[in-house]
Amino acid sequence: MTSTEQTADTASLPPERTGFFKNLKNGLSVLLSSKTASVGLVIVLFWVIVALFAPLLSPYSPTEQDWRAPNQGPTLKHPLGTDELGRDLWSRLIYGARVVLIVLPISDQVWFPIGTAIWGVIASLLFGASLGLLSGYRGGWMDEIIMRLLDAMMSIPIILLYLIIVTAMGASALNVVIAIAIVGTPGVARLVRSLTLDIRTRDYIRAAETRGESTLYIMFVEILPNAKGPIIIDAMLRVGYAIFAMGTLGFLGLGLPPPSPDWGSMVAKGREFILSGSPWAALWPSIAIASLVVGLNLLADGLREETMRYQ
Amino acid sequence: MDSPPPIDTDTVLSVNNLSICYKTRKALVKAVRDVSFTIKRGETLGIVGESGCGKSTVSFGIVDFLGANGLITGGSVLFEGQELVGRSQKELNRLRGDRIAMVYQDPMAALNPTVRMGEQLTEVLTSHRDISLPEAKKQCVAMLKRVHMPDAEQVMDRYTHQLSGGQQQRVVIAMAMLNNPSLLIMDEPTTALDVTVEAAVLDLVEDLKRDFNTGILFISHNLGVVARVSDKVCVMYAGQVVEMGRVTELFKKPCHPYTKGLMRCVPKLGTDKAGSKLHPIPGRVPHPLKRPEDECIFVPRCNYSTDKCVQSWPGLYEVLPDHVSRCFYAEKVLKESLKEKTGNDKKAVSADAEEQPDETLLDVDNLKVYYEQQSKSIRSLFGLDEPQYVKAVDDISMEVAKGKTLGIVGESGCGKSTLVKGIIGLEEITDGDIDFLGVDIALPVDERQIETIQDIQMVFQNPDATLNPAYTVGRQIARPIRRFGTVPKNQAKAEVIRLLQAVRLGASYYDRYPRQLSGGEKQRVGIARALASRPDMVICDEPVSALDVSVQAAVLNLLLEIQKMLGTTLIFIAHDLSVVRFFSDDVAVMYLGQIMEMGPAETIYAPPYHPYTEALLSAVPIPDPEAEQKNIRLSGNVPSALNPPSGCRFHTRCPRRSMLPDNGMICETEVPPWRPVSKGHHILCHIPLDELRKIDSVVSAA
Repeated sequence: MTSTEQTADTASLPPERTGFFKNLKNGLSVLLSSKTASVGLVIVLFWVIVALFAPLLSPYSPTEQDWRAPNQGPTLKHPLGTDELGRDLWSRLIYGARVVLIVLPISDQVWFPIGTAIWGVIASLLFGASLGLLSGYRGGWMDEIIMRLLDAMMSIPIILLYLIIVTAMGASALNVVIAIAIVGTPGVARLVRSLTLDIRTRDYIRAAETRGESTLYIMFVEILPNAKGPIIIDAMLRVGYAIFAMGTLGFLGLGLPPPSPDWGSMVAKGREFILSGSPWAALWPSIAIASLVVGLNLLADGLREETMRYQ
Repeated sequence: MDSPPPIDTDTVLSVNNLSICYKTRKALVKAVRDVSFTIKRGETLGIVGESGCGKSTVSFGIVDFLGANGLITGGSVLFEGQELVGRSQKELNRLRGDRIAMVYQDPMAALNPTVRMGEQLTEVLTSHRDISLPEAKKQCVAMLKRVHMPDAEQVMDRYTHQLSGGQQQRVVIAMAMLNNPSLLIMDEPTTALDVTVEAAVLDLVEDLKRDFNTGILFISHNLGVVARVSDKVCVMYAGQVVEMGRVTELFKKPCHPYTKGLMRCVPKLGTDKAGSKLHPIPGRVPHPLKRPEDECIFVPRCNYSTDKCVQSWPGLYEVLPDHVSRCFYAEKVLKESLKEKTGNDKKAVSADAEEQPDETLLDVDNLKVYYEQQSKSIRSLFGLDEPQYVKAVDDISMEVAKGKTLGIVGESGCGKSTLVKGIIGLEEITDGDIDFLGVDIALPVDERQIETIQDIQMVFQNPDATLNPAYTVGRQIARPIRRFGTVPKNQAKAEVIRLLQAVRLGASYYDRYPRQLSGGEKQRVGIARALASRPDMVICDEPVSALDVSVQAAVLNLLLEIQKMLGTTLIFIAHDLSVVRFFSDDVAVMYLGQIMEMGPAETIYAPPYHPYTEALLSAVPIPDPEAEQKNIRLSGNVPSALNPPSGCRFHTRCPRRSMLPDNGMICETEVPPWRPVSKGHHILCHIPLDELRKIDSVVSAA
């Protein structure tokens, strides 16, 4: 080959810097270019930081009772007021956020990092993605069986499904995680399956097949990384649903056992005192749930819009 | 072209110094700079250039279809003496579809799939003219007949999906011609069509131009297509006109290095790799943001450039009467083009000196690949219906010799892709044997021995889908090396870099992601990945059809060089007959799942021809307006593979049946014989060879 053919396709482009920080920077710049996502990010970050540093942000423990001051409104001593047992609402609120976002209490002594809602979503992603990949990539009878079973699950109303699972297994943080995982799995599986159906027609999948790669390799190494964008956005929405579900379960008395701070049960308890002139105990956790769910939704929507624009 | 030419009544469109920009988030992107041309009544102006050169933007600019972010920043567009730039969309709407009509690439997208053809056609008339519906219908049917649409009345009641691609494009053209426009803009109207259909549509364009006296702006990336239909040709590069002239002049005497480069990088029909060479244009079209204002835009890819080219921007310079070029050295280019024309190309007729007995690498025997067609009837739900089969590959036998290249050609849907998928094991084989180096490999890929898998690899068509966007180039090439253990683990990276260098990409590509590469570069990485397992055979499924011609030449050269170096056997699928002829030692012509003709490349492209091969060859667009080519057009569509014609599969469309007694009754009833013509050359046809030999050559180059 002559020198003229030393292809100058080779326009000298410096190789893109890779690495964690670079990725983080890219991700952030995408996030911040959308107003919706920025607002969502601020709300979510507020709750994450507050939950992370809860022990430093309040002088009271969430279970410490003050008999002399039940059902108070906001005062200097208690910025958000107290509940019917005189417990500080601010510290109950931020310790409640901790359970949702930062820790998963297994028993009194043992806890895992990363919150209950997030564990639930991670577990549903794990199951859902595996099932979705399998039925999308293999197709045929495998697809039929998996999807019809999941359809059957989806036909049960979600609240009912939560109630059945938690009442059957008992109320604990771990069982809430399991309930969130089971309820979330069909949705994730559907999403991943539809993404897989598209990706598996690409030539790089053909190339992997002509190398005789195993089904598992193709599913998890070739397909999954290319589906991660929509999965991440879906996961953010799902964390929102999971927080909502935790609130619901707590409200119905199926969340964390008392006296642990749980937003749902706080609303349920506080509800009795709304008419007697102390709406605070019910108001704050309601706002907390609502703002966190809305924040996550804004974040996911903004992110989706922004990534769609680049495609 | 400093002063606008005087307007005369003959001029339909006159574009003067048109500049167009697109607004993006970052900056104003200049897409088209200072373009001027005129189109007279009954004249076709062809615009050629690679993708990203602003051809389509010009056509959108004329009717202001630039969208929300496009704007005309300068110049004027005079249509029949009226200025179009600055008109409101409402006023333009009245012109578009009436006085100016447009035909775009994808007829599927131009036609509304939920509305019957009749309604879509009549709407054109009723919305622009005061015509009653029955009268409009009558005119539409007449127009459909005019564009040679079979059963025009019935077509009026059909939906888009009930027509073939070629028919759809005919409807679109009919729709465009209904109001007898004075200007017709055609943007790549035949790119999505098969070569035989393309030829028929181009004939139609030529016809209509003559009969309606319409001015046509014809945009294409294909030099052959432009040469066939145009009177004048305008070559665009990076948003500028670099050369313009009469078609015969321009093709015979190119005066701009880019035009010359474009012509030298496509193989001519009838040349082969032994006798000639492709000359790719180095580099690629510069990004719109990186186009210098005050120097020649072509400098980085030009062989002629000097300091002068960098110091000032060349104007359009009239080299010959009516023939302008944007180059300081136009006359030098012209002189050299003329010199090359007269004496070369005949140098390297290397006689096949050592005629070694070819070792057979792959032996396919009576291969069949059928797909079961799910019937929608209730009977079939209970298993009462006979299952129906799409016979994608039906009874194919062939041999591929070691170190040689087998080219497979045929229209889309002829089963060429299915055939190679069967060979590589991606498609389940219904019946037949595939023998590879003495091993029976008629198995799906996951049941094959790892050595067999390693020995057959594949290069894919679509550069955007061939690489996994999630991983770096290095990792993707390293994967087959690790999987097949071709080198010890610690040397894998060195091996990847060696492969990258073999495909003319540097080691710097190791850490890049596919999104950072151009189409040609992606295709090179795809080739490197296929070679990484050190295969004996590589199957190339249309590896260059999605690339621009200048890049295509480089990739073809690369494949040739690799084959010479490693002795790899290639199966090369393409729909471009010139490329296949250039690239292959043996050629198989497929039609509806069967091989119609097979033999050494030079015998396929010379008489005696199979009637189908003859028709294909006569349809190839040749980038030489003076070449004489027979005009054989196939009628009708490719029949369904679900229910292929009896006897000879080609009998429904065969133009040569009349050479047989009874107008070829035998073709409908009996499968034709596989007649040997010469060594290794066979034709599947009832017509006796002596008769076929009497047919002249399809193409006689001027």
